[in-house]
This record gives sequence, structure tokens and C-alpha cells, in this order.
Amino acid sequence: MHPFDYVAATSVDQVNSVLAEHGKRARPLVGGTDLLVQLRGGRFELDVVVDIKGVPEANVLDLNGSLKMGSAVSCATVYENEAISAAFPGLMDAAELIGGIQIQSRASMAGNLCNSTPSGDTIGPMIVHGGQVNIVSSSGSRTVAVEDFCTGPGRNVLEDGEWVLDITFPAPSSSFGAAYERFIPRNEMDIAVAGAASSLTLDGSGNISEAKVSLAAVGPTPVTVGAIGDLLEGKTPTAENFEAAGKIAYDAVSPISDMRGTIEQRRHLSGVLTRRTLAKAAERAKAG
Amino acid sequence: MVDKIHVKTTINGLPQEFLVDPFMSLLETLRDVLNLTGTKEGCNDGNCGACTVVLDGRIVDSCCVLGAEIEGKTVETIEGMAGPDGLHPLQQAFLEEAALQCGICTPGFLVSAKALLEREPEADEHRIRYWLAGNLCRCTGYDKIIKAVQKVQA
Repeated sequence: MHPFDYVAATSVDQVNSVLAEHGKRARPLVGGTDLLVQLRGGRFELDVVVDIKGVPEANVLDLNGSLKMGSAVSCATVYENEAISAAFPGLMDAAELIGGIQIQSRASMAGNLCNSTPSGDTIGPMIVHGGQVNIVSSSGSRTVAVEDFCTGPGRNVLEDGEWVLDITFPAPSSSFGAAYERFIPRNEMDIAVAGAASSLTLDGSGNISEAKVSLAAVGPTPVTVGAIGDLLEGKTPTAENFEAAGKIAYDAVSPISDMRGTIEQRRHLSGVLTRRTLAKAAERAKAG
Repeated sequence: MVDKIHVKTTINGLPQEFLVDPFMSLLETLRDVLNLTGTKEGCNDGNCGACTVVLDGRIVDSCCVLGAEIEGKTVETIEGMAGPDGLHPLQQAFLEEAALQCGICTPGFLVSAKALLEREPEADEHRIRYWLAGNLCRCTGYDKIIKAVQKVQA
């Protein structure tokens, strides 16, 4: 492994300046559960890792209707917060099932996003919860929707010197529900063969006013299926309508066959998990 | 070449001070710098939990932590588990229930199980199995490990 230096940053400016100085040769560190493993495996070389867990702004976890989640906040910190778990059930589903307790204790959702694997469990839930990524650098800041963040397997919109400071989610209405499920051969501690995150909002008469579905591990990036929203809007949250949504998901995905699953299995799972997570999101929406 | 980093920390309740290469994992630091070889290396990539330690109250895979990261923090390892009066009840139960064969995974299981029982003394079997899912054992088939944890609860 190429020897790298370690900087325990305590301010946003300090992170910006290290990343500005080293460009591609530096990266932020939170949980280390991807970064350190990749460095050890020789996936790439760095001269510096910048630990951002000591940066106060990266540790913000502020629920005030909307939710602001700093990029260093661990998954365990999120799901141990009952108010956040109740208001953002899709995020809770994913935070509770990613890795094991050891991984959840360290890994952050922003880290999962920046790692940008198509199977990242928290990315779809952040998409259907409408997450907006606050990207900062020494030259300023910009906001990108979680939905637009990943550009390919392991690739994303971050330019040299840029990093994620926090992710903000709009306040869910009382008739909003979301859910995430994945298929793995074990019960825990595995990488999704396929996953689905769904959210929907019901109007005063119980019809669907908005629906979003984003699928994991079935394309080069998370696959957000806009056609499902178009299909479901104005309709009732029934098993038949969710079945039809599942059929759209089946056709919308572009999976590969690999050691975890085949193309056909992943298409099938996309349909099933879409149907199930829409139904669970609807139950949660009705429960308020 | 990068310079070593000076780290001051607390391990198993005792203050520790050492120099470490900035790229060295906490696992390597414990074993090769501090001679705390009770913590085991299994996969070295965050899957098996053999290297589990408690960092500021949370269990972590020490292979996925840098030694330099523990500056100012508290770490608990398997070496801190037995007290002056002998084995920790979990260690005793693992012996009595034969909850180990080769033993490589055992320190990680003990550290994880202790953390669970401190947080959730009444954890049911499902919860115990879920909590210990980040610890892999290729010998026992897990049932004996679960029984040993439950024996301590009884």
C-alpha cells in the first residue's frame, strides 16, 4: 500500500485547503469502511486522507421539519434517533440494514453516496426522500440532488477539491411514507442483489399525489423510474396499481449478471421489491 | 515517506502514548505497536468482525479504523475483558458452552456480545443474532455462541 498521511481536520476551511492542495491525491475519511479497504486493496493511491469527523458542520443532525444530516454522521446515530426514524422511514430502513453493527457505527450515508456503488443501500432512500447534497470546496459551494449525484459505478459529480458537507431532506407531509427493501441470500451483512426504495404521498381523499421509486444494483447508477410516478399519480394505493408499477420497474432496469445474481433474477426482484416497498410506503403514509 | 504521528489515547482504562505510521490500521497498531495481540485479523476488509473493538462506546472493525484516529478517544479490547477476579461471565459461558473451536473469531464475538448486553441486557435471540451478524464464525455454526450469550442473561 502506498503510504499516505493523515490529517484530523477540525474545520471546513482546513478540509478545503488540504483537498485543494492535493487534488486527486487526497480524500475525506469518515467510516473508512470503503476508503481504507480500497486503499489497502490497491484500487487507487492517495497521499493524504482527511478525517472530517472532527468538523462540527459535518456532524450536524438537525431535525426541524426538514432534516439536515452532516456527512460524518454515522448510520447508527441516525437510526437511534427516534424522531428522525419516524419522520424519514426510508432512511431508517437502509441505515439499519447496511453492513453489521460495526459498520453502522462508523459508516455515514454521505460516505455511501460518495462511494457511488450501484448497490449502495442508502442512496435510493435518500433519492426518494428528496435529498439535496451540499457540495463544498475552497472555491464555494453548490447543491446537487442525490438523484443526480452518481454518474457510474464508483463515479460521481464531485470534482477535484470538492467534498460533501451535508445532505438536506425536505419536511415530509403527514401523509408521506417511504420504505427500502433489498434482496440478499443471507439475512444480514450482505450486498444487495437488488434493492428498491419507494416513497409516496397521499392526498386528502387517499389518492396518490406523488410517488418515487429508485432501484439499487440493477444499473450503473441507482435507477430512478420516473414512469412509475407518472403511472401512480392520481391513482389509489391498491395492490393492482403497485403490481403495474412493478412491471414498469421490471422493464426499466438494466442489470448485469455477476456472482450475486443474473439479469433475469434482478429484473424479477426489481418488480417484486417495487411492489412491496410501495405497499409498505402506503401503509406508513396512511399511519401518518 | 510520511512522518509517524504521536497519539495519546486510553486503552482498557489505561493512558497510552505511542508513535504510529499514519496509514496503519488500528488493528495493526494494537497488535504490532502495542503488542495487544488478542484482537485478531480475519478478513482485513470489514466483513468478519474478528478485529472488533469498542471505540468511544461503539463496536467497530479495527481494520477499518486508522491507529491515528484514536487520539483522545477510548478503546476497549479483549485484553480489558477479564477482571482481577477472573474471566468475564461471557468468557466463562463461552468455555462452558464450547462456543468456540479454532478461536480466531472469539475475541471479536466476546467484545461484540459484551457491548450488546451492556446496552440491551434483555436482548432476545433474534436481537442477539442480528447484533452478532457482523461477526463471522466458520466452526461453531453459531448456535453455541448464542446459547453462551443467553446463559449470561439467565
